[in-house]
Amino acid sequence: MMAVNRLFRTCPSTGLVYHEAAEKLIRWNAVAGVVSLLVGGILALLVTLTRWPAVHLLPADWFYLVLTAHGLDMLVFWIIFFEIAVLYFAAAVLLKCRLATPRIAWVAFWLMILGAIINNVAVFRGDSSVMFTSYAPMGAHPAFYLGLILFAVGALVACFVFFGTLVIAKSERTYTGSVPLVTFGAVTAAIIAVFTIASGAIILIPTFLWSLGLVAHIDSLMYRTVWWAFGHSSQQINVAAHVSVWYAIAGVVFGAKPMSEKVSRTAFFLYICFLQLASAHHLLADPGLTSNWKIFNTSYAMYLAVLASMVHGLTVPGAIEVAQREKGYNRGLFEWLRKAPWSHPSFSAMFLSLIGFGFLGGISGVMMGTEQLNLIIHNTIYVPGHFHATVVIGTTLAFMGLTYFLIPTLFRREMMFPGMAKWQPYVFGLGMMSFSLFMMGAGTLGVPRRHWDMTFAGNALGYEFPGTAYLMMGIMGISGIAAIIGGIMYLLITVGSVFLGKKIATPDFKYVAAKDGVAPKPAPQPAFGASGHGASIGMAGFVAPGTFVLALVFLTSFILYYFVNWKYLSTVWPLS
Amino acid sequence: MSALVPPQGVWWKQPLDRVEGTWIVIAFVWCLIMFFMMPYWHVFGKQNLSNEAYRTTPEMFQAKTQAMVDKFKVREETDLKIPVVAPPPGSDVYIIARLWSWWPMVELQEGKTYRLHLASMDWLHGFSLQPENINIQVHPGYEHVLTVTPTRAGTYSIICNEYCGINHHTMASRLYVVKAK
Repeated sequence: MMAVNRLFRTCPSTGLVYHEAAEKLIRWNAVAGVVSLLVGGILALLVTLTRWPAVHLLPADWFYLVLTAHGLDMLVFWIIFFEIAVLYFAAAVLLKCRLATPRIAWVAFWLMILGAIINNVAVFRGDSSVMFTSYAPMGAHPAFYLGLILFAVGALVACFVFFGTLVIAKSERTYTGSVPLVTFGAVTAAIIAVFTIASGAIILIPTFLWSLGLVAHIDSLMYRTVWWAFGHSSQQINVAAHVSVWYAIAGVVFGAKPMSEKVSRTAFFLYICFLQLASAHHLLADPGLTSNWKIFNTSYAMYLAVLASMVHGLTVPGAIEVAQREKGYNRGLFEWLRKAPWSHPSFSAMFLSLIGFGFLGGISGVMMGTEQLNLIIHNTIYVPGHFHATVVIGTTLAFMGLTYFLIPTLFRREMMFPGMAKWQPYVFGLGMMSFSLFMMGAGTLGVPRRHWDMTFAGNALGYEFPGTAYLMMGIMGISGIAAIIGGIMYLLITVGSVFLGKKIATPDFKYVAAKDGVAPKPAPQPAFGASGHGASIGMAGFVAPGTFVLALVFLTSFILYYFVNWKYLSTVWPLS
Repeated sequence: MSALVPPQGVWWKQPLDRVEGTWIVIAFVWCLIMFFMMPYWHVFGKQNLSNEAYRTTPEMFQAKTQAMVDKFKVREETDLKIPVVAPPPGSDVYIIARLWSWWPMVELQEGKTYRLHLASMDWLHGFSLQPENINIQVHPGYEHVLTVTPTRAGTYSIICNEYCGINHHTMASRLYVVKAK
């Protein structure tokens, strides 16, 4: 029988139990993610300085190359490496279980590393500046697709290591009852990931063969339809993952308990049923698909995935409000929020992530996903404005908040530069909010995305954008620099702490060669006896009235902005 | 205790909190309204993207466009002698998207309706009409037919907003709208 590593360590400050192999894998995946973030961040600086019209740094060929690499290193490599770390954490650590098949998990890790390197090399060779979307029939070097395929296979294997760990936890009874909500959210992310990667295989493998000359033709509409089943679903992995991280941080910082497990879990379940197929909203301006198809597939008639996000957007701060009110901050509508630990970087990162994702990313996402409104938004710089709000403020900032929690407990190092850490989420988060907002503003004036020169210099037929568009692109540039400074602060703190931070010792822990039975199977965990929130908190029968008011503010902004866009649409040329 | 530990007891039987229940109902109603706006606009709104599209080939589309140019050319513009065509109201207007230009330029009349045909000769392109800010994806192999009614006279620009390679940013053209004769 194969030796099973049962070596565990209990974190003295958090009480979390780390399996040795899992701990190492979580660290390495997180580090690989942060390295990708560093590369992607340098590229972000170059992209921003080129699209800022007053600077216009790079020449056209380098701009398109760097933009391609920026998209891939951030959206694919940084986020997915970190997500694999989150998956292993949610399974092995939260369930106090050993990680299934660590060796296969290492194979997955190295496949992902190899794929990321091959893909980056292909882009930096200069003949694969096809953007993140690589729309056929524009072709890249075969290594471009091969790198992505290898990375995706690695990620798929890692998802199955995660599922395997759930099976082991159940059979070795490391927990009783249901898995924690954060783990449930991670399961959601992993299920969507399997669907996503399968769609990626369906489109990227034929495209790879086409780039080798083995397949004659790739239809552009077929490519976009299937590619977005991959491209959009991968963003739903991010949503499921960062919502789980919000719940986790609310639990860590406040001991907040979900208001209702039933509601939160059902909302996650709605993501599985309704989100990952909704990639149709990328095709609303395409020929060859009917309006019926577009309307149904972008909304499933009910926008239940939007509903799910609106539910999480209420229940996460709601849980925090209840926890704070139970601690005694029960006065008025917002004492709980005023007395929140605003200088705790995990909390401030999580809260800014929630606000930015909802107000900027969520609302703009629904605008773009409305069949007719898409006409006045499609492929303008509004689109990257939207997804920088969802993926950078939503996902990246939430992951940054989680990192501040992981440095002491996972890396066992004291955090360096704690004073800078207090400010980091604000610099990054507010910079990014302004960046997204002004991108969207410029987009409503028609400024195109993925475009080297909005001035059309030297072009007799060029379009002269209004001065406001230049102003907004300038503010976007300045805000982008602020966000990049926030990113540098994050990298200084994390890299500094992980490599140079003061070590934190775990009592009675030393590494021993892994053999079967080094440690006994962990004893079954008793269920936690927590009290439900009593009727003594809140107002007017609402336990979280402040959150409810915030939710209504959100809804009002949503409704107003939605109808402002319809009003704007009604002024453009009639089309049918 | 928190979202990090297994929930206690029979969590699916816990009653719904009033805050959550109210919010779910409000949010769901809003989601339904947002859905119904799309079919509503098809019936009562004037800006809907056409469902009419045909398979085509670069040769076929080029031939139809050339026929229109031969028939309705009114002048040429720029050093490249790009033809400007002024087809009569109600007729079919063809615009080719290719690396890295739009061809030909068209002159339409204010308030008249035209059938605008769009197709790409090579890669994906993005038809972006400024400053109206109407944006439509243009595919190779698909001929998209839109019924369009310019409402204001003026000089408009068509730029490409789907990345199409190294000279993507140079792909721009004009569209003239003149007062009805």
